[in-house]
Amino acid sequence: MLGKLSWAAIPFDQPLPLYAMGVVGLVIFAVLVLITIRGWWPYLWGEWLTSVDHKRIGVMYVILALVMLLRGFSDGIMMRSQQAVAVGGAQGYLPPDHYDQIFSSHGTIMIFFVAMPFLIGLMNFIVPLQLGARDVAFPVLNSVSFWLSATGALLINASLVIGSFARTGWTAYPPLSELNFSPDVGVDYYLWLLQISGVGTLFAGINMVTTILKMRAPGMTYFRMPVFCWSALTASILIVVAFPVLTATFVMLLLDRYLGMHFFTNEAGGNLMMYVNLFWAWGHPEVYILILPAFGIFSEVIATYSGKPLFSYRSMVFALLSICVLSFMVWLHHFFTMGASADVNAFFGIMSMIIGVPTGVKVFNWLFTIYRGRLVFSTPVLYSLGFMVTFVIGGLTGVLLAVPPIDFVLHNTVFLIAHFHNVIIGGVLFGMLAGYNYWFPKAFGFTLHEGWGKASFWCWFIGFYLAFGPLYVLGMGGMARRLQHIDDVSWWPLLIVAELGAIVILIALVCMAAQLYVSIRTRNSRRVSGDPWNGRTLEWATSSPPPPYNFAVLPRVTTIDAFWEMKRRGVSSVEPTYETIETPRNTPVGFIVAFFAVLAGFSLIWHIWWLAIVSLLAILATAMVFGWSENREREISPTEVARMERARLELARPA
Amino acid sequence: MTIGATIEAVPTELARGRGGGGPAPTRTVVAYGFWIFIISDIAMFSALFAAYAVLAGQTAGGPTAGDVINLRHVFIETVFLLLSSYACGLGALSAELRQPSRYLIFAALTFVLGAAFLFVEISDFVDMTRMGAVPSRSAFLSAFWTLVGMHGAHVTSGLVWLLYMAGQVVAKGLRPHVLRRLLCFSLFWHALDIIWVGVLTLVYLMGAR
Repeated sequence: MLGKLSWAAIPFDQPLPLYAMGVVGLVIFAVLVLITIRGWWPYLWGEWLTSVDHKRIGVMYVILALVMLLRGFSDGIMMRSQQAVAVGGAQGYLPPDHYDQIFSSHGTIMIFFVAMPFLIGLMNFIVPLQLGARDVAFPVLNSVSFWLSATGALLINASLVIGSFARTGWTAYPPLSELNFSPDVGVDYYLWLLQISGVGTLFAGINMVTTILKMRAPGMTYFRMPVFCWSALTASILIVVAFPVLTATFVMLLLDRYLGMHFFTNEAGGNLMMYVNLFWAWGHPEVYILILPAFGIFSEVIATYSGKPLFSYRSMVFALLSICVLSFMVWLHHFFTMGASADVNAFFGIMSMIIGVPTGVKVFNWLFTIYRGRLVFSTPVLYSLGFMVTFVIGGLTGVLLAVPPIDFVLHNTVFLIAHFHNVIIGGVLFGMLAGYNYWFPKAFGFTLHEGWGKASFWCWFIGFYLAFGPLYVLGMGGMARRLQHIDDVSWWPLLIVAELGAIVILIALVCMAAQLYVSIRTRNSRRVSGDPWNGRTLEWATSSPPPPYNFAVLPRVTTIDAFWEMKRRGVSSVEPTYETIETPRNTPVGFIVAFFAVLAGFSLIWHIWWLAIVSLLAILATAMVFGWSENREREISPTEVARMERARLELARPA
Repeated sequence: MTIGATIEAVPTELARGRGGGGPAPTRTVVAYGFWIFIISDIAMFSALFAAYAVLAGQTAGGPTAGDVINLRHVFIETVFLLLSSYACGLGALSAELRQPSRYLIFAALTFVLGAAFLFVEISDFVDMTRMGAVPSRSAFLSAFWTLVGMHGAHVTSGLVWLLYMAGQVVAKGLRPHVLRRLLCFSLFWHALDIIWVGVLTLVYLMGAR
């Protein structure tokens, strides 16, 4: 009846996860009580949970990412603390079994539930606005995408108290991830939750590609699109082509585990290195899925705050496109030690160095954009400058690792850990936080507090170097990754420095929370018009927050930096003639699908077959009922549009 | 989904042919989005094809491809599937001409031929099970069952979708949103042919030798 599920699944013998979940449970309970007492449920359900508005969905994605950032960071600082204390004779406070789960969930959460939702959320919010579109191509599918991502996040948190998470690292290489060596539900959690959220990511990618290629405002030719839209397009193309490979790979591993097949086993002809190849055939494009939107954000931020058009727009676009193609030709550098011939390793080594070239082009473009600009040192600009320094260092250590003989020495050491945190924190995370500070007023109509934002930046920046600088040295000294216990006492001082870095990053997170709190408390004095930063692109042409339909009249685009051109020519004060606008009605389909996806995922993990079948059929039925429904759009009449527009203009007028 | 309003011509030279015409009509957007989905589906199959190519020789002393493949059955399967696609194409033409009853006849033909394909495939799988060629026997058989079975699963879901769409045509008639979905179904059904041609070549023709 309940498959493998029993009371033994709750780790009563390990107090740490129970306390953690107890606290989280209390917080969630308190929030639910608060919502109930204040009577916010109808608003929450009607305006947010069932919303198909790309702006609301974008905001929910970013909230998901920020919440999961706390979880992922907790894992990170626990690992750093363990390595700082478990040296020599001491054993630390995390037993190996628990430590292994923590480093696995840290990687999985940070990639799939922090970086991905953060960038998809920003793309969701900004891309249609920048294109002068009224929504994404498939708004309901967009809601389904978000809720499937949330499903994955829920399941990974459930694994903390019900059963266990994988002990295999976030890559789950076989044979360790096969049934023989990981017989419990840990790897099944990993596989099913990533399959479910992967479907959501794929749908988001399809939606974004279609939106960018088919929904642009009149006159917005390809070479008039903002660079962030180009970066979103290239990242989404990579999602569409790369994520299905991950899905297929996980299907094979699941078949090995559930039906005793032999894709990646050691016996009956299975080939475990095929998993590693397939995993990185997705994994390397994934790296660029993460970083390309960040490149787009830096381009927008630097151009806006320099008061200049981006230097060499076309070379930026071609650099994005060539990275998009090249990203599929370097996957083998993740496992030079596999034993491929020298020729193969040399090819992938050289390709890995070549892919650095278009990235270098971009760095020079940003520098030349700043050159002779009037740079405003706002929080997003600090992140951008911090990025340029940090990312170049990370890129150079990457070129080092791309040399196969060096890689043979540094493979699986903490040098690698330092390298990829160097590019992911210095590149992806700084980009997301720059975008968060830059576009926050667009989403909510008031700015974020600059002082707390800058404090947060400096803590991130310094904390990063303190935490990961020592790892380069330790990695050169031969310290392997994923150590639960450190034998070599001479490594201790640097591990303490790394721990201090993690604490500084903790302060950065506290500053971010304080920034949000202070900004919300003082929001009435921080209200801004549609265009607080003297922006260049179309998202600043509408009010902050934008109306549900984004633009009452679709803008006509004649140049790059369309809004800058409009401001240069002056905006006419004549009220335009409005047309009827159709907007999609909110629908609970996404939420319902996700509800049953949670049940389906959970029951597949625990072998509760009847429930799995029932919930999968329920998902099918939901899709069929929705597919039959009519009247999915709401028409806003021209008079109503005119009324809403006048009200908005009234609000936007300075008091 | 009809965000795109009526579009005026854009008066600039540059706009023409460079994507400056404004939002596309809903029919284009829906079909285009579905194309992108099909690309992703083919990318998924490409990983399974790669796995099959790597594992095809790894029989672990069990049945080989030559032992389990019956080319006569495969020929019949292929004919059923391609004819089903042809019927689907005729159905799409009838739908475009707003002839629901003719559409339903061709849809029925599409369904019967697709189901016949599936019947032959499943009976082959049953035969393989009888001779002990089950997926857990060897890496080759794992890859074989998964690749062929994934295509079969797609055909099955296509049949369910076809029934559902026939129901919509009966209940609602050939309205614009029904027509858009029929277009997506046709794309899906023809894409399964393309994948089958890959399966036929790599698995059956190269395997039987």
